[in-house]
Amino acid sequence: MTSKRTSALAVVGAALAALAFGTAHADEIRVLNWKGYGTDEPFALEAFTEATGHTVVHDYFNSEQEMLTKLRTNPGAYDVVLINSAFTGQAKDEGLIQAIDVSDISHFADVAPNLASNEELVPGGQVYGVPWVWGLTSFAYNTNAMDEAPTSLAVFWDPEMKDKVGWRDDALESMHFAALATGQSINDIQDMAAVRAKLEALMPQIRTFWSSENDWNQFMAAGDFVIAPYWSGSVSRSINKGLPVAFVVPEEGAIGWLDGLSIPTGSEHPEAARAFINYMIDPDFYVTWANEGGAPAPSNSKAADALPADAFNRVVLGDPEVVARVQFMAPVPEEKRQEYLALWQELKAQ
Amino acid sequence: MQATADRREASRAALLIGPAYLWLTVAVFLPLSAMLFFSFLSDLPIGGRDWETTLANYLEFFDKPFYADLLWRSFQLSALVTLLCIAIGYPCAFVLAKTIKGRTREALFLLVILPFWSNSLVRVFSWAIVLRGNGVIDATLNAILPFEVSVNLMFSYPAVVIGLVHSYLPYVILTSYLALQAIDDSLIEAARSLGAPRWMILLRVVGPLSLPGVIAGAVLIFVPVMGSFMEPRILGGRAGTFFGTVIEDQFVAVFNWPLGAALSFLLLGLVLAILAVASPVLRRAG
Repeated sequence: MTSKRTSALAVVGAALAALAFGTAHADEIRVLNWKGYGTDEPFALEAFTEATGHTVVHDYFNSEQEMLTKLRTNPGAYDVVLINSAFTGQAKDEGLIQAIDVSDISHFADVAPNLASNEELVPGGQVYGVPWVWGLTSFAYNTNAMDEAPTSLAVFWDPEMKDKVGWRDDALESMHFAALATGQSINDIQDMAAVRAKLEALMPQIRTFWSSENDWNQFMAAGDFVIAPYWSGSVSRSINKGLPVAFVVPEEGAIGWLDGLSIPTGSEHPEAARAFINYMIDPDFYVTWANEGGAPAPSNSKAADALPADAFNRVVLGDPEVVARVQFMAPVPEEKRQEYLALWQELKAQ
Repeated sequence: MQATADRREASRAALLIGPAYLWLTVAVFLPLSAMLFFSFLSDLPIGGRDWETTLANYLEFFDKPFYADLLWRSFQLSALVTLLCIAIGYPCAFVLAKTIKGRTREALFLLVILPFWSNSLVRVFSWAIVLRGNGVIDATLNAILPFEVSVNLMFSYPAVVIGLVHSYLPYVILTSYLALQAIDDSLIEAARSLGAPRWMILLRVVGPLSLPGVIAGAVLIFVPVMGSFMEPRILGGRAGTFFGTVIEDQFVAVFNWPLGAALSFLLLGLVLAILAVASPVLRRAG
């Protein structure tokens, strides 16, 4: 009931704002995100357009670097962009995104305090990214192909898994997994030789690389993969689609991440962009997304409480024992990134 | 009088070739020049980034041995695909040009160029359906054979070769067909009446006369396959890393345009060098 009233208020508010400016604002905003990652859910676009009159078009990226490339080469082309918190600082320093005035983002008050004060997204109290969702990068396995749930990352190096491993063609993620498997901190890898040896041994196990959720689902459904790294929210989406997969947080730990929504510098419709972000952190949106599709954990604490008790996120991410094993991703300096990339390319070329 | 006629002739020629060269300047020369310029920079000159001219991008190639390995791998792939295309395409072109006549030829010819009418990405994805385990080949063989076989070519070197041969085969058929059709049948009849066996006619008469067509087809295939990235990426899986995919990575995945541009020009240089070495042969054939 409350949420209905809020959206009704939003409509009235939007209408008043439109009157105040003397123009009927019905903007078309352009959103840059991973494909199939929440902002392009049909139900969400419908509800948002109905409430505000604004329409949304999407463009997609397959890696954070591609996202940064698109922002750099097309200034002014986008109004909202999803940025992983480990990259928000870089985007801000390059002048790709602007500080967001949260005064008209009414749901911002409900964002969990620990996320709302995240140093990467909100440096020095200035909001450069509105915390949206968080979750884990770990792996999932085909429950039809394996009788017992694997408990360790060692399963990726199991001779039985030869040619059955899916992998994301991403240098940073590969280093992170190898760091976990060799018992190191993902944000401070000391023993690169061990990481290299681990990844070298992994290459023959890999069947092919995936680059989008769609890829992952198809390869898993076709039996090309038995185990593959994946994101917690994506796993719940795949399960809801009927794939026989389950998520594993191995004893070595998992990679934690936080995604924020930012407004690029030069956005032509910042007001509509803020309205869109406000809708994106509305508990209504989160709950519908979790129920209809499958979603990562919401940043909005009211939304987190509104999820059903058996929701994937509450079961997996609500377990303090699991959360204790998570290593959260920190920004990576450019030299490190280059070093990782060079190593990864060399390994792939072998 | 003569001078005005010449001038009119010249301006008419300029009018006719002008648009094509203007287009080439705008669409080929300018972007390539920009890329050549980028390849000597330390960073892209956009968004207020610091940059300077450097040779580091070219030195990177010689610094890391795996680039040369990949280039060699792409060369081998390209040579194999070209040879397979000729081996499959030339006999087909011969039969189309010399044996089949009339409407049948038209229909068969249509089948050859049919793949050109569909998007290449669609073709590659349709190969993925055919080649994978439980795919079309696998299912068909298991339906016919009394024993169980497992054919899974997906994500392997052969899959990349199959996809590329399929994509580029029409080029060699078309160019060979044009060369073969231009051969006067009476030359073949003359050779036959002088008692030459079939293989000698092919070797001494038809072969040399159609060689320009074959070579033109080979060049049309060899050059783009050297830099191909889509087929290896989709069909090759882990085995699908080639020079072209590494260049694509530099542009798409890691935003190192200068390095990507430098690698592209090294590839272009190698291709030009190969063509230069082959040019005496080409000229003789032409």
